[in-house]
Amino acid sequence: MQSVARRPLSATAIRWWTIAGLIALWEVAARLFGDPSFVAPPSRVLLGLPGLFADPKVAAAIGMAGLEMVIAFMLAVIVGAIVGVAIGITMLGRRSFFPFVLLMWGLPQVVVLPLVILIFGLGPVSRVAFGFTHGVLPVIVTTVTGMRSVSPLLLSSARSMGASQAQILRHIIFPTMVATVFTGLRLAMSLTLLGVVLAELFVSSNGIGNYTQIFAETFHPDKLYGLILVLAVTAVILNELVGLVEKRFSRWKEG
Amino acid sequence: MLTPANAELRQTSIVRAIQLAVVVAVFAIWVGLTSSHAVNALFLPAPLAVVGALSRLIGTSGFWGAVGVTTFTTAIAYAIASTAGVVCGFFIGRSPRLTTAYRPVLSGLFAIPLTLFFPLFVVMFGLGPSSKIAFGALYGFFPIVLNTIAGFSGIDRLFLRSAQSQGATRVQMLRYIFVPGAWPIVLTGLRIGFFITFASVLGGETLSSASGVGHAIAHEGDLLESPAMFAWIAIVLSVTIVLNLVLSVVEKRAVRST
Repeated sequence: MQSVARRPLSATAIRWWTIAGLIALWEVAARLFGDPSFVAPPSRVLLGLPGLFADPKVAAAIGMAGLEMVIAFMLAVIVGAIVGVAIGITMLGRRSFFPFVLLMWGLPQVVVLPLVILIFGLGPVSRVAFGFTHGVLPVIVTTVTGMRSVSPLLLSSARSMGASQAQILRHIIFPTMVATVFTGLRLAMSLTLLGVVLAELFVSSNGIGNYTQIFAETFHPDKLYGLILVLAVTAVILNELVGLVEKRFSRWKEG
Repeated sequence: MLTPANAELRQTSIVRAIQLAVVVAVFAIWVGLTSSHAVNALFLPAPLAVVGALSRLIGTSGFWGAVGVTTFTTAIAYAIASTAGVVCGFFIGRSPRLTTAYRPVLSGLFAIPLTLFFPLFVVMFGLGPSSKIAFGALYGFFPIVLNTIAGFSGIDRLFLRSAQSQGATRVQMLRYIFVPGAWPIVLTGLRIGFFITFASVLGGETLSSASGVGHAIAHEGDLLESPAMFAWIAIVLSVTIVLNLVLSVVEKRAVRST
């Protein structure tokens, strides 16, 4: 038996109180113990945001990173879907080539980052390339697994009724793949961003990596935190957007 | 006669033949491109040059020093990530309310490339191994805590209620229901967490560090020593593949034995 003295906090209340508590802890700890050359309390980070964007070069670097991300993501989705369909359409193709894809996906790609920079240079091209190689693998993997989840009964009945390969793709394979495809898109988004960010930070002569370097070396932690905060919030928003679209498209399943 | 089992066997051998052909073709293209000088040797050194660099590298003390630093960093980071992940995951996952409260936040954070925060770690912990330990531990924590939550919160309430009604003690419930029920998912989290910790340590070393394998790769790149860089990359990739195979087998064994 549990005697309820007062109503227990709801899950949402616990969540927000914890987040508020952590931010307050950060504020207090940074003000009391933090060395102001290295640690900035959240209030100073927020107050510093307008100043951060006052520099048009910082805003340009963030915009450039966004553009690289979008291009890399679109390339990853298009190429990944084509390769995924090519591998997954036949049983033989899937069994022969899919293990290679899974193997590559398990490898820490960051070890080839210096090579990518060597080949594609210090500019945006290597960031797009590195974002692409991160994003393309989850798209291939989820496309192939999505095609595999198609019911064989539907396939054989469609074939026996004389459906062409294109018709099978359009009317059976694609609709059942929606859920898996969105899982793939979400993963691809997160990993493309990882690739772009890694390459941005690796090159310190331009882009975001340049500014994190400058802010760290000139002891401006408020600007450094602010820049990172803006990028992290953008990442969260992008992720939630894909989540919303996913919910919209898989509504038919719940019926 | 082509029985289904026969057909299956035949397809398996075709699959193996195709896979072998792919490996041979990749190698042949590598040899062809480098021996004909179709690509710059800076971008793709000849296989023999890489093997030469590899054998030279293994003899040096710098090599073992770098391997030692990365192994040490990864081990400590993983110890922190797995302990914190399993403990937090256990306490959150056992309570449906805490699971609803914290799971969306944790999975939302994990979807952000945490690499963004790496410059903060360098500012706070310096260029040495401690910034990589903190960064690797943070990144590895998420898959472990999320899987542990999934493991403990996914246990059928029916089991819990029937055990309670039969008078099971807390320890008995833990031993016979929670642990066996959550174990396989927790283990998968621990495996994924290990590789994420490893990759994050390497990534941190590549981005900014004065030691370790990641630093060595970036450094050879700066020196335009492609063969040595490829040798390092080959070592890391082979170690990862071997570890992956070993840990997958260990995971399957451990799951079966419960």
